[in-house]
Amino acid sequence: MSSEVKFSGLMPASPDDSGIIPVRESGRGAVQVTVDEARRATAVSSPIKARVSGLNFYYGDFLALKNLNMEIREHQVTALIGPSGCGKSTFLRCFNRMHDLTPGTRYEGSVVLHPEDINLVARGIDPISVRMRIGMVFQKPNPFPKSIFENVAYGLRVRGLRSRVRLAEQVEQALRAAALWDEVKDRLNESGLSLSGGQQQRLCIARALATNPEVLLFDEPTSALDPIATARIEELITGLRERVTVIIVTHNMQQAARVSDFTAFMYLGELIEFDETSKIFTNPGKKATEDYITGRYG
Amino acid sequence: MAAVRAGAAELERSVQHRKLMDQLFVLVGMTVLFASLLTLALLFMKLVHDGSARFGWDFFMNFPSRNAARAGILSAWVGTCLVMLVTVAAAMPVGVAAAIYLEEYASKNWVTAVIEINVTNLAGVPSIIYGLLALGLFVYKFNLGQSIAAAGLTLALLILPIVVVATREALRAVPRAIREAAYALGATHWEVTAHHVLPYSTGGILTGMIIGLSRAIGETAPIITIGALAFIAFLPTPPISGQFPYLSFTWLTDPFTVMPIQMFNWLSRPDQAFQVNAAAAGAILLAMTLLMNGVAIYVRYRFRKRINW
Repeated sequence: MSSEVKFSGLMPASPDDSGIIPVRESGRGAVQVTVDEARRATAVSSPIKARVSGLNFYYGDFLALKNLNMEIREHQVTALIGPSGCGKSTFLRCFNRMHDLTPGTRYEGSVVLHPEDINLVARGIDPISVRMRIGMVFQKPNPFPKSIFENVAYGLRVRGLRSRVRLAEQVEQALRAAALWDEVKDRLNESGLSLSGGQQQRLCIARALATNPEVLLFDEPTSALDPIATARIEELITGLRERVTVIIVTHNMQQAARVSDFTAFMYLGELIEFDETSKIFTNPGKKATEDYITGRYG
Repeated sequence: MAAVRAGAAELERSVQHRKLMDQLFVLVGMTVLFASLLTLALLFMKLVHDGSARFGWDFFMNFPSRNAARAGILSAWVGTCLVMLVTVAAAMPVGVAAAIYLEEYASKNWVTAVIEINVTNLAGVPSIIYGLLALGLFVYKFNLGQSIAAAGLTLALLILPIVVVATREALRAVPRAIREAAYALGATHWEVTAHHVLPYSTGGILTGMIIGLSRAIGETAPIITIGALAFIAFLPTPPISGQFPYLSFTWLTDPFTVMPIQMFNWLSRPDQAFQVNAAAAGAILLAMTLLMNGVAIYVRYRFRKRINW
């Protein structure tokens, strides 16, 4: 049971005051949202995987994230959208404590991971133990200059898995889950860098999936890819909901509308609006959200 | 407010003028390049020409002798190889470890800044100063005498800054994205360094090491300073022997000579016949250096081909 809602808000085609016609990505201002009622029903009733409350984040003295509050639902896709520099990537990187690699950064507040109720950003929590549970896929495909097999096996090796049989099993499983197995099964010993851009990104997804993370973070995973590769990755992310909770940062609103169940709109380090994706794109509660999704800025 | 548009002829003239600068620079560059290459080529050819009479199996397999025609470089090239072995064994682990610490672990504060400046400065210290340090430290304090070990350690000290700087460059060239990928999988700082950063920068590290060695192989002053200017007509104890325990380290404490010293020795003789020997030894030393640099370029090429970010 699915109904299609086409939203086309304000479409300013005339030059604005400065005399410059704003350049937009094609299709912006008319984001298409397909609402699957059954999927929606499960989404809103699914348990909470992580709860962000009062999260502040500092780069030195600069407050980059201001008092964020939201929930991440289990086995759902949550998209973070907003203009460049709004802090969406910064927010994403709090979940796996990536900021700890940069000196002079500081977290306040909490990101509580259920069911154990651990505050991921607490000082006493080791970032390495956080990263063992929360995987990440980056903006640019970044496979190791090792073989395809070793790329996927690396996370398992770090966890101390030595058995060749078990490694081979889990590598195959991860590559299948990333829809890459059929393309690489005969060349597992070739370099990961020999693959195309889209394949490299799926390899990175397989690498992150191999260790069976509870949450998988995607930081603009398709911004370096062509439309066909992008479509495959999006399809993959939608399917991944079955096995992992996904948080995805994207600057492409169609992508957010296509793959996510929940969307958070951020602006200048603040969370402006957070709701079901269908609501954000058809009936946003805030003016700023509406302006952004219709292509007024960003 | 539209600017006055330039005519086609005017544009053409402007392009011609700017392209002239292009060609001028190419000319200057080529002149400078050929001037330096030509000097080296002439020097090498002169050495080969002057020493050509001595090239042959005998020259490599004979010990130095009072008879110029029968003198050879056997003890010199064996000595050079063994000294280089000690230099690599000492400079590689120390230099690479120091670079890893400075680049990957040390926090950026004034102490590391001072260390950094000093490492760079050390590369510019005259080699004879290293010789004096080694004379006091290795020869007398550690009682190593005028041995292969003392010479190898001296040269290791000399090239340590080169190794450290080259290794740091190589480590820095590993993209942040690769480190982040490893960290995101739950790797520790050491795992990221040992499994990724170090293996991916091996090409650069080896290149730096070889460049350092090709400097060390021609160094004369520090070796003379530690007192190794001697007439050596015998070989050190072989490192590998026929009976148990097969490996022997007594060669480390043996007296020795090296190629540049042998050359220096011959050059200081009044007899013209020895000058021919010196030229031949010089050509061989230069060839060894060029060969090492060639290996460095090949190593870099091989690793670059395997790892292109």
